[in-house]
Amino acid sequence: MASSEVARQLQNDNCRPLSLSGHVGFDSLPDQLVNKSVNQGFCFNILCIGETGIGKSTLIDTLFNTSFDDRVSTHFQPNVRLRAQTYELQESNVRLKLTIVNTVGFGDQINKEDSYQPIVDYIDAQFEAYLQEELKIKRSLYNYHDTRIHVCLYFISPTGHSLKTLDLLTMKNLDSKVNIIPVIAKADTISKTELQKFKIKLMSELVSNGVQIYQFPTDDETISKINATMNGHLPFAVVGSMEEMKIGNKMVKARQYPWGIVQVENENHCDFVKLREMLICTNMEDLREQTHARHYELYRRCKLEEMGFRDTGPENKPVSLQETYEAKRHEFFGELQRKEEEMRQMFVQRVKEKEAILKEAERELQAKFEHLKRLHQEERMKLEEKRKLLEDDMIAFNKRKAATELLQAQAFASTPSVSLKKDKDRKKDPGFRLELLCFDVRDHEIVNVQEQSEREKLERDRISHREFQK
Amino acid sequence: MFKGSADNKIEAAMSELVPEPRQKPAVPMKPVGINSNLLGYIGIDTIIEQMRKKTMKTGFDFNIMVVGQSGLGKSTLVNTLFKSQVSRKSSGWNREEKIPKTVEIKAIGHVIEEGGVKMKLTVIDTPGFGDQINNENCWEPIEKYINEQYEKFLKEEVNIARKKRIPDTRVHCCLYFISPTGHSLRPLDLEFMKHLSKVVNIIPVIAKADTMTLEEKTEFKQRVRKELEVNGIEFYPQKEFDEDLEDKTENDKIRQESMPFAVVGSDKEYQVNGKRILGRKTPWGVIEVENLNHCEFALLRDFVIRTHLQDLKEVTHNIHYETYRAKRLNDNGGLPPVTAETEENHESNL
Repeated sequence: MASSEVARQLQNDNCRPLSLSGHVGFDSLPDQLVNKSVNQGFCFNILCIGETGIGKSTLIDTLFNTSFDDRVSTHFQPNVRLRAQTYELQESNVRLKLTIVNTVGFGDQINKEDSYQPIVDYIDAQFEAYLQEELKIKRSLYNYHDTRIHVCLYFISPTGHSLKTLDLLTMKNLDSKVNIIPVIAKADTISKTELQKFKIKLMSELVSNGVQIYQFPTDDETISKINATMNGHLPFAVVGSMEEMKIGNKMVKARQYPWGIVQVENENHCDFVKLREMLICTNMEDLREQTHARHYELYRRCKLEEMGFRDTGPENKPVSLQETYEAKRHEFFGELQRKEEEMRQMFVQRVKEKEAILKEAERELQAKFEHLKRLHQEERMKLEEKRKLLEDDMIAFNKRKAATELLQAQAFASTPSVSLKKDKDRKKDPGFRLELLCFDVRDHEIVNVQEQSEREKLERDRISHREFQK
Repeated sequence: MFKGSADNKIEAAMSELVPEPRQKPAVPMKPVGINSNLLGYIGIDTIIEQMRKKTMKTGFDFNIMVVGQSGLGKSTLVNTLFKSQVSRKSSGWNREEKIPKTVEIKAIGHVIEEGGVKMKLTVIDTPGFGDQINNENCWEPIEKYINEQYEKFLKEEVNIARKKRIPDTRVHCCLYFISPTGHSLRPLDLEFMKHLSKVVNIIPVIAKADTMTLEEKTEFKQRVRKELEVNGIEFYPQKEFDEDLEDKTENDKIRQESMPFAVVGSDKEYQVNGKRILGRKTPWGVIEVENLNHCEFALLRDFVIRTHLQDLKEVTHNIHYETYRAKRLNDNGGLPPVTAETEENHESNL
């Protein structure tokens, strides 16, 4: 039972084998391990790829004996999407967290070039999430919900001829990332002989195109025989159904046609039982292990190498992650400094430009100010002139007034009637009112002063006009 | 019938759509419990068998360290535990031989098989511990050794191209031998356990328990337990790692009543009541090693090997190793460590 490889490896480590003289009890170790795992529960993630309407959901329902989801998709999806749903199943004391990921809209588009890309991205994203968790400083891997896809059921259309180009392309892109199990869907549309030929054709096409599908492991003696046989039956031709019919005295899952009844669990009718046996009862653990040990490690290696980490340096000497990291960090730092310099230069330049603009504006403002000042000076001078004129007028007027009063006094002394007229005149002439607007010339109110001086000019004009009228 | 109830549950199930490529991955939503409504047998529980087969194929590693002053019966106990000549007993130091100035670390590997289960057992002996006149810091080589094993594992884990199965040399369990003085713990005992209980699972055992009567034994155990508690020493099974109520009650019982186990070791067989059993022959009777009335060896054996072996490994891996890793990465600024250490200086005693 024991593997000779283990013994060889242990012997290589200079361990001597001992014989026990009694029962120690560590043969309960696998039980202890298993009990712990059972307490934690198991995760299993299935990805179903296939065209719309090919029977993916029905097959999963039939496999797990449950109705998971009733939603039927349309054929008019613009691109391929993935829909993931998680369920908790329990059988005896085993709790299974089952995640089913379905492709929605696969094979429906007119241009199918990008159909496989969302699937590849999804699978990579799950690996990435696990890698991130593993690289964390404070991590909790033992209760991490593993979302990595453990198996991919690829549904092949039962055309009876060969693989479609889309199928080949998709499988080629996925075979290094996930365990692929191809199944022929709706196998009740092919007759037995056609099925044989179809299977052979499919397998030869897969082999000639270098697509690596999952092979059931044959290294454990207890299951190697059955696995080897099953390997010969690939791809499994399956029929799914959740409807029950009464056959004999049992209720079995079947599909009823006018010409007969196809029983799902009848090995003569289809390979459903084989698929269930292989997928769940025999190789579930191996699928999980392959995903972790092979596909995930490959992804991790590629990702880390992409980021520039190496295990061995240029001279093939082992380089620790630290050194590589330091080198990268140095490089990065240099880059950072360069960028900083650049930015600083740009900043300085911008400041200079702004300064120049501001200076320009200042100069303009100064020029305007000068100009206005000049204007204002001119105005002032004009005003001064007018003032002088006005004063002269005033003096002249005062003289005339004095003279007129004198005359009036003389006239009053001689003729009394004239006074009435004079009174009237005086009434008409309510008295000379000399309005001299005092104004302030303030130096710094350029505009306002100008306005004000204009106003005053007008006023004065009015007054002088009135004056002269009298 | 069944479809109806499942439908309700399904409506509660949320589905996640990944609309465009290169977006955040679709995280499976909270799972829906579809339980005992499963019609017929699917075969999910066969995963247990599958897992068991796989683990038996790969075999197990177990590393146990024994620490204690010389003459306390460490080698004998290990031999009794694993029912074979695992350790060569040291016949004492001759005056002519050099007494080691520091504590040595000797790791010896064995392969044992039972019931189809292959185990690589490594016993790490620490001769010289507590034997000097000045025993200051004599736990340091031990702590260094333990950390070196964590370091080795971390380096392997951090490699780009990793091995399929990283060889596990980390110390899973450390049996600390307490001298049966009958009074209390010695300062050296306390210091050692204080320092090391944070990096490794320590199981204290009272050695040579046949020097104490039953009452003395109970009193001594109580006093030791009290002292350990007062000094804040968490020995295995640690209270903080009890996962659920079941574990807690089970472990509480062990912690508060049985531990530290008062053991007697022997690899000689004697005839008692027509049966050949392991024991120690004295003028006043034969002390049966596996008799629970005589000593608690059987309890220790069952505890370490038959029930908690896997748990010891898991606590080491999930907690002690992770603590070491986190600290190491933090100290290094988030970088994995540099290969600057020299090789461990432990000899293989074959």
